[in-house]
Amino acid sequence: MVLIISGIGTLIFIYAGGYLQGDPRIGRFYVMILIFMAAMLGVVLADSLLLLFVFWELTSISSFLLIGFNHESEQSRRSAQQALLVTGSGGLALLAGLILLATAGGSWQISVLLHQQTAVTTSPLYLPALILILLGAFTKSAQFPFHFWLPNAMAAPTPVSAYLHSATMVKAGVYLLARLHPVLGGTGEWFYGLVIVGGITAVLGGYLSWWQTDLKRIMAYSTVSALGVLVLLLGIGTKIAVEAAMLFLLVHSLYKGGLFMAAGAIDHETGTRNVRRLAGLARQMPFVFVGITLASLSMAGIPPLLGFIGKELIYEATLEPETAVWQLLLTALALLTNIFLVAASGVIVIKPFLGQPNEDTVQPHHPAGLSLWLGPLLLGLLSLGLGLFSNSTLVAKWLLQPAATAVYGHDLVLKLGLWHGLTPMLLLSGVTIAAGAGVWWLHERWRQGVMAVDAALAPRLGPEALYDRGFDGLLRLADWLTVRVQDGFLRHYLLWIVGTTVVLVGTALLRGKTAVMPSQDLIPGPNEILLTLVILGAAWMVVQADSRLAAVAGLGVIGYSMALIFILYGAPDLAMTQFSVETLTVILFVLVLYKLPTFETKDSTPTRLRNVVVSLLVGAMMTGLVLAANAIPASTHVTDFYSENSYVLAKGHNIVNVILVDFRGLDTMVEITVLSVAAVGVYALIHTRKQQQETAVEERRSES
Amino acid sequence: MEILLAIIIGVLYAAAIYMMMSRSIVKLIIGLALLGHASNLLIFNMGPLVRGRPPLIHEGAEVPIPPFADPLPQALILTAIVIGLGAIAFAIVLVRSVYQQVGTDDIDELRTTER
Amino acid sequence: MARSTILVTATRILLPLMLLFAFYIFVRGHNDPGGGFIGGLIVATAFSLYGIAHGMGAARKLLRLHSRTLIGIGLLCVITSGFLAPLVVGDLPFLTALWGTAVWPAIGKLSTPLLFDTGVFLGVVGVTSMIIFTLAEEG
Repeated sequence: MVLIISGIGTLIFIYAGGYLQGDPRIGRFYVMILIFMAAMLGVVLADSLLLLFVFWELTSISSFLLIGFNHESEQSRRSAQQALLVTGSGGLALLAGLILLATAGGSWQISVLLHQQTAVTTSPLYLPALILILLGAFTKSAQFPFHFWLPNAMAAPTPVSAYLHSATMVKAGVYLLARLHPVLGGTGEWFYGLVIVGGITAVLGGYLSWWQTDLKRIMAYSTVSALGVLVLLLGIGTKIAVEAAMLFLLVHSLYKGGLFMAAGAIDHETGTRNVRRLAGLARQMPFVFVGITLASLSMAGIPPLLGFIGKELIYEATLEPETAVWQLLLTALALLTNIFLVAASGVIVIKPFLGQPNEDTVQPHHPAGLSLWLGPLLLGLLSLGLGLFSNSTLVAKWLLQPAATAVYGHDLVLKLGLWHGLTPMLLLSGVTIAAGAGVWWLHERWRQGVMAVDAALAPRLGPEALYDRGFDGLLRLADWLTVRVQDGFLRHYLLWIVGTTVVLVGTALLRGKTAVMPSQDLIPGPNEILLTLVILGAAWMVVQADSRLAAVAGLGVIGYSMALIFILYGAPDLAMTQFSVETLTVILFVLVLYKLPTFETKDSTPTRLRNVVVSLLVGAMMTGLVLAANAIPASTHVTDFYSENSYVLAKGHNIVNVILVDFRGLDTMVEITVLSVAAVGVYALIHTRKQQQETAVEERRSES
Repeated sequence: MEILLAIIIGVLYAAAIYMMMSRSIVKLIIGLALLGHASNLLIFNMGPLVRGRPPLIHEGAEVPIPPFADPLPQALILTAIVIGLGAIAFAIVLVRSVYQQVGTDDIDELRTTER
Repeated sequence: MARSTILVTATRILLPLMLLFAFYIFVRGHNDPGGGFIGGLIVATAFSLYGIAHGMGAARKLLRLHSRTLIGIGLLCVITSGFLAPLVVGDLPFLTALWGTAVWPAIGKLSTPLLFDTGVFLGVVGVTSMIIFTLAEEG
């Protein structure tokens, strides 16, 4: 997998250089694709579930940026948003699933979880975890019914489609399933979930790819189909199926990357991707032709290309299940899918490259440059070479065997070859190729009819229509909520925030089983009772105050009383700070107060009554919260560390000061910076106003 | 005393929220200051209360002799108090600026001036 | 603002006393209650008191340095104390404490935490005086 990512990535880099030549945004493009590459490598190499998730989301985001690369086009923006929403919501499901998995398996390390299969599959959390993880994987790998974002993602520049949306990112879902197969697999739920979804996706993708006219959309749907096959194979989960999946993963990455790059080259040179408007390109673009032909042959599974071996293995896998019904069903599914793929290969190659040019078709402006044909050609040759030498140790032993072993969970020995003798698989391959050719032949005649039927059905029944409706609904809901909750009255915002907090925390407090009495309670002395009364009185004074001065005085009393509390309970530093700050605050208020309007009670009586009730609720909740928190003995290990090391390490007797300037010096540093910013803010606010006033005065003067 | 402190914290929060929900912008700022006090006290109350024994290490000793007051909340509150001063100062100036520019101290009226 | 004679006379004597007290509080901060925050706040209080008595212009003049400069020097001290360890001594994390050996009168051993606290002290003086002066002068 790493090899696929970096190998194809390199080719894409060279290719993008030619494709985007002269584009001023090429720098941005490279940055994004590098981010993606790093994220993708992260997904593959991460051992921690959480790390995997973070990288997973990073690929979604970089994919979003890359699909929206042509951000001037509305279609690009829409597609990018759609891809992000689909994969992003899948990502959320995945996160939930991974958390459940880690809970069930007792570890966040995949390497540890691999040995926990029985613990995980017998856990009651297994089914929810499986469903959520599958949701994540299916959205990422464009499985039915989430497949619709992938063809739309073709709005991205072709190098992106070739890389993210065929070779790597969409494989992340499959990769995840493969990686977790030893943990989650081997159960009925796994089998049915993957086989059904994968099967539907495979056939549907193949069917849809076959009658598209846009080269990139043909490839996108065939990618969907291939991903379906991969999921299906992982669902079967036997030794052969896993081997087939790993081989097909490699096969598909090779040929699809090549096909996309070739499609991009055609687009780049002729300005269209419509197969109906392309013809006779073989002569003008010989290297691209060779590359795309090899890739298509591999996709069609024609010997001696690697695709053929892949297809043989797939058939072998589908013939494996014990019950005849499944055997038949799966084989039929695979057969159908492959027939469509053969037909799609035909559509891609035969007409555009070998057809007779006529007045409708477009001719290339100039031959494709080296960087444009190198990628497709190399990948095509690789498909051919690996196919011819498939029984060599390189392919079987070094590339695929470790991957298959890791997924299968037990050691296995892989043997590949072109010729296995006369087997059912060979027969099926023959049927596939013949039927595929037949379907291709029908293609020209049927397409009109099929398109008409689809055009009538899709807007109402397709998952994309559902997505659109859901999206509109979400927007309306957001609108409605915003109008209700954020109506522009600051106090109402506050009411919502406070109300939500009170309801949530209050419910938790009332339902909580913790004792509400503090674990210790010092008996208050007379001075402490007096202090309490003073504070309560001052608070009443502030709330009741008719004049500004009374309110500020009450505030001051509360502040100084707090300083007294700090003194009483062993915090002299705090007391001194509080004392100075309170003095300064009072000075501030006094300096500014007389320039502010007098207090007027503006609220109506019902509003004030509501405010009183809400405030009292908040107060009661806070009191309850404090009591509940006090009932739990506080963890002291941080305090212990500071106390024990204050003198030993930091040579200070005053622990509070040592924490401020030494242990947590960075916090203090940031704090003093924040303070400076506040001071500069005050300064700027006043001085800009001064300037404004001065200019206003000058203007008036000049006018008169 | 813990119970008394809990009551004080509750009353301060209630007063703060009440002031902040008023339409007068000056009351809003006083409410903000009260909220700061209440939160500081809340943090202070999170450590166990110890009477009159500040977290100081005596001359010649290497570690403080228990029981002593928890230094951690103290350090947190110390920064919070000073930051609070900065925030209040900024809020006061902002409000005054707004008042001078717009000519009202009614938050509900401020809502319409922005459109 | 009407000026009371008592306040005017008292602040003349109070100001140096308060400044001395602030310095004392600041220096002893590492070992006894006190430190940069508190010292800085007391200085700021002293100057605002003086400003109320004699006018903010006079107080500003007395402070000599502009508040902005004080904030700048303060932040510089804080940052420097942090970078001394990794840049000068080398191979130590940012903000590692370094201690001198010689004992000086009144302040004791020189150290980066002391420099840090000095930065905090100057910063707090600068910030508070800036806020008070701007508000009062605009008045």
